Amino acid sequence: MMSNFWSMGGYARYVWPCFGFAGAVLAWNLWAARRLLAGARLRSARALAMAASDAR
Amino acid sequence: MWTWFYKLASPPHVYGVAAALMPWLLGGAALAVAYGLIAGLAFAPPDYQQGDAFRMIYVHVPGAILSLTVYMVMAAASAVALVWRIKVGHAVAAASAPIGASFALMALVTGSLWGRPMWGAYWAWDPRLTSELILLFIYIGVMSLRSAFEDPARGDRAAALLAVVGVVNVPIVHFSVVWWNSLHQGATIVKLGTPSMPGSMLWPLLSMWLGFMLFYGAVLCTRVQAEVLNRERQAAWVREAIKS
Repeated sequence: MMSNFWSMGGYARYVWPCFGFAGAVLAWNLWAARRLLAGARLRSARALAMAASDAR
Repeated sequence: MWTWFYKLASPPHVYGVAAALMPWLLGGAALAVAYGLIAGLAFAPPDYQQGDAFRMIYVHVPGAILSLTVYMVMAAASAVALVWRIKVGHAVAAASAPIGASFALMALVTGSLWGRPMWGAYWAWDPRLTSELILLFIYIGVMSLRSAFEDPARGDRAAALLAVVGVVNVPIVHFSVVWWNSLHQGATIVKLGTPSMPGSMLWPLLSMWLGFMLFYGAVLCTRVQAEVLNRERQAAWVREAIKS
């Protein structure tokens, strides 16, 4: 039963890489967006700190 | 009545709304994709012609639809930014471009993996495949143009113009299977009339489509927050926003 599922009727070498690639694209999207936001927060914090030190 | 609409032009308001919406959209996406995957891979019956290879539809079709939907959002946001000079429009367009490009790449690669057992080739210069490839190139062009200028405002305007002009390719991708002889099969769900699938195959597909839409919303929220912060780095509201 399980081996039938994994073999996908003989199309396993196409079906699983297809789902794997789609999963990788979704994971990359999440990772890249979070990394971008973390970078933007860091740059904003630095800019604010520099502005505060210039004001003093 | 229109206050909520005008507020969408305010960077701090958009930043807050995006931060609040993101976890809900991501949670909804996870539920919809989980149902779609389980029902589509384990419970939908094999296709009478394509056997189990048809299951690739559950990622290929939502990916392809999203590549066009994201483009429409990017073009609309670009048009709003150009006409009304609303900076948030540029932020939404800049945030959408890499997401749309990734969905176009997903549609091309998963389609190629589906094409090999069905057509006997990973690639053919077919109208649908070629116009989808052009869509990917337009996304790459929009992203490259935005970063090609030293002045970010000029980059935003140039990228917005290309995004608006490139929208002409969207109907070409969608109707290519109708206008020209194509190896690619016709529309399955996005068409006039009833979808050409039984419910046991259709519901998982609709669920995956919904899941991908919600996922786009979640990633868009995160990227829009970053784009707004990058554009408003010196603004007073940013201090409070980055504390939370």
